[in-house]
Amino acid sequence: MDSKQQQIIIDLQAILPAASLLTSKEALTPYECDGLSIHKGLPLAVALPETLAQAQAIVRSCTKAKVPIISRGAGTGLAGGAMPTQGAVVLSLAKFNEILEIDEHNLTATVQPGVRNLVISQAVAHLNLYYAPDPSSQIACTIGGNVAENSGGVHCLKYGLTVHNVLGLKILGIDGEIFELGGKALDNVGYDLLALMHGSEGLLGIVVEVTVKLLPKPELAQVVLAAFDDVEKAGQSVGDIIAAGIVPAGLEMMDALAIQAAEAYAHVGYPINAQAIVLCEVDGTTNSVADYIARVEKVLHEAGATEVRTSQDEVQRLQFWAGRKAAFPAVGRLAPDYYCMDGTIPKAKLPEVLKQISVWSEAFGLPVANVFHAGDGNMHPLILYDANKAGELKKTEAFGQKILELCVQVGGTITGEHGVGVEKLDAMCVQFGAAELSQFLAIKDAFDADGLLNPGKAVPSLHRCAELGRMHVHNGQLPHPELERF
Amino acid sequence: MADLSKQLQADVILAGKDKRPLNIIGGNSKAWYGREVVGEPLSLAEHEGILAYQPKELTLKVRAGTKLSVIADALDEHRQRLPFDPPYFGESATIGGTMACNFSGPRRPYAGSARDFMLGCNIINGKGEALHFGGEVMKNVAGFDVSRLMVGSLGTLGVLLDVSLKVLPHREAEQTVALPASFAESIAIMSKWAATPLPVTAMCSDGDFVYFRICGTNSAVQRSMKEIGGTMHGGGFQLWKDLREHELPYFDDPRPLYRLSLPSAAPFASLEGVLVSDWFIGWGGAQRWLKSDLPLTVVQAYAKSLGGTASIFRHGNRGDEMFAPLPAPVMALHQRLKASFDPHRILNVGRMYKDL
Ligand SMILES: Cc1cc2nc3c(=O)[nH]c(=O)nc-3n(C[C@H](O)[C@H](O)[C@H](O)COP(=O)(O)OP(=O)(O)OC[C@H]3O[C@@H](n4cnc5c(N)ncnc54)[C@H](O)[C@@H]3O)c2cc1C
Repeated sequence: MDSKQQQIIIDLQAILPAASLLTSKEALTPYECDGLSIHKGLPLAVALPETLAQAQAIVRSCTKAKVPIISRGAGTGLAGGAMPTQGAVVLSLAKFNEILEIDEHNLTATVQPGVRNLVISQAVAHLNLYYAPDPSSQIACTIGGNVAENSGGVHCLKYGLTVHNVLGLKILGIDGEIFELGGKALDNVGYDLLALMHGSEGLLGIVVEVTVKLLPKPELAQVVLAAFDDVEKAGQSVGDIIAAGIVPAGLEMMDALAIQAAEAYAHVGYPINAQAIVLCEVDGTTNSVADYIARVEKVLHEAGATEVRTSQDEVQRLQFWAGRKAAFPAVGRLAPDYYCMDGTIPKAKLPEVLKQISVWSEAFGLPVANVFHAGDGNMHPLILYDANKAGELKKTEAFGQKILELCVQVGGTITGEHGVGVEKLDAMCVQFGAAELSQFLAIKDAFDADGLLNPGKAVPSLHRCAELGRMHVHNGQLPHPELERF
Repeated sequence: MADLSKQLQADVILAGKDKRPLNIIGGNSKAWYGREVVGEPLSLAEHEGILAYQPKELTLKVRAGTKLSVIADALDEHRQRLPFDPPYFGESATIGGTMACNFSGPRRPYAGSARDFMLGCNIINGKGEALHFGGEVMKNVAGFDVSRLMVGSLGTLGVLLDVSLKVLPHREAEQTVALPASFAESIAIMSKWAATPLPVTAMCSDGDFVYFRICGTNSAVQRSMKEIGGTMHGGGFQLWKDLREHELPYFDDPRPLYRLSLPSAAPFASLEGVLVSDWFIGWGGAQRWLKSDLPLTVVQAYAKSLGGTASIFRHGNRGDEMFAPLPAPVMALHQRLKASFDPHRILNVGRMYKDL
């Protein structure tokens, strides 16, 4: 520890009670990574403030000493966004976990950033309201993390991402000042900084309060489960449903390996011999659901489904979803480790992309299970590997990078909802050119001139991309993978 | 259908070199909006055409100069639409101008705003760099969300070359019902129905009646009408169109027209010196129009006390500020962002705020 670091610890000790400041190796270790455990690091300290005044004082001290700050919610992020770096202070928002106001007239809830996603819906359930975005991690992830990642869920085809469901934010800036963006009204004046904060991965400011939109619970939701003997046909059916003028509340797809894993794990009666299943949920008033369900069933039959089942009650509906929602942990039992990709593609390219993934899967000798937010083209190929086998992680990352490059090639993007973090910095060099990256860095500079908010994440330096270019990153191989990857 | 992007880029580069300010113009249908801009016209009108439209993907990519009417026709062929229901304010209206203004119609509270449906764009920043942000897919969190930042920025950050948007299918049936209600009663009634799952897609009040538009399958519309009650309003289609286009008699007035963006259930309380008939309430209470000669500071103070903002939408003195002032730290961020996109200060300088 150098003297600057010693000083910042002394400063933080003056701000926080002893129990709210972690500095020993044992205490810091639980914070060494987020949900992406292949990237790890130990910070200088973890600060767990309880009041805004404390948080402001921490930020001011760090700014003065030029010590980086890494905001952290629940640490469920899947891209290493909240991964600590050496010499940085992790600012945990976990203790900001109060619901400040439920406004049933304006249909809003104002909450602190550490409130967990599902807690909001639970708190307003008695009013027949809910908060729509529902990432699969919703029991654990925080609303602050959701804003920072612009998280989605299985219902975002109809109800949008986090950015579509947040009306106001309070931001603690790097200068220690708090400013408000939006509020309870719909449209705001000035630049849409509210949108800009979404998905900014803690690089532009610290989210200290969130006002979300609440929606009336639909009267009825029903889900249709269709089995296919061919992945391509299943993919086709997704476009057919959209073309029939239906906007499903959720439209998901799983391939054979994912189905088998989910069934073995959750025992929900999935057709284990199917090559793919499509789950299509429709919600609304009782009458409209009946109309649309009939149409969805018809489209799926015509698309060649070998079996079409429709949930008859709420228990069955939740059962149909339970398999899908447990897909990650279920696949996790098939191999010691799995690596989750998050590329988004135009739906029409699905068969092509799946075919290529299976060719690579053979070539790399790494099985892949596919879970797919089919309605909005967001793929989650899960690459199965064993980190204890020498070289297998490297091989897996190379495979992953190839998938992301393919997503960009077919007109898609490297990340639909998990963010860039440290994981996809190289892929960012594939998706964007130097001019775009410079503009991103200039935006960062406008908010945080000294580069203290979560530095080294989300936006790669031009230098890094140039190096990769020279080193032919397109082959997915890096001569010095340890460089700038901590 | 012409691709003028190279020419436009050359124009911006030249203007940047000479520090010659530009006034970006699409269809010129919203020339009255925002503050007056002094600058050489940079016309996007001929940079037009639909670049890609995939009904099954629910995505559309169009050049900025494409007319809204052309887009509406193309979507209509596949029974789809722009979900945010944009006002035209003139036949020449283009998608570029619409996105730059972030204008949305009566459906906005229930479907979302122009910015909500922005997926990606190509722009030229003030340095003359052609940049691509976002994408043509529905979910994308790679890099900062510059595409949405462009929406509503009134051309002060970049010239929009093309935009990719999410589109949605048309609803099948549509009916409008009206119930007699004062403004205060209307707000209570609208708030009540907003909290139910009925497929309401527009609500407004003129102080005599509160109007509801219901869209959905036939059976859902029939049932909702029964529940909400009131009488069927035969001129519903025209009402919502006239409201969207500001062609209702209410809007025929030379006084400054204020747009108040408020929490939808904010109580209706009039201002001193304002008549009840000077108001019109849209967006289920979240957007309120006021015709008044009162200064912006007074109306803004009123809006702020209710948790929102007030801006002059039309007929103001365009040399003065037109939009609710920003808090100092937020304005400072605006200025730094402006400098990062447009360091020579040539793009629509002063259209939004004097110092931007
Ligand atoms: C099993 C599993 C399933 C998942 N399913 C989904 C899914 O369906 N959809 C989806 O979108 N994601 C999903 N995720 C990813 C993850 O849950 C989301 O990204 C979530 O939003 C992260 O929230 P968090 O509180 O854990 O944030 P963290 O992981 O703690 O942080 C994420 C990022 O946000 C920043 N951050 C956190 N809090 C703040 C704040 N208050 N202010 C500023 N920056 C902040 C951090 O610095 C970091 O960059 C899943 C993850 C797991 C493990």
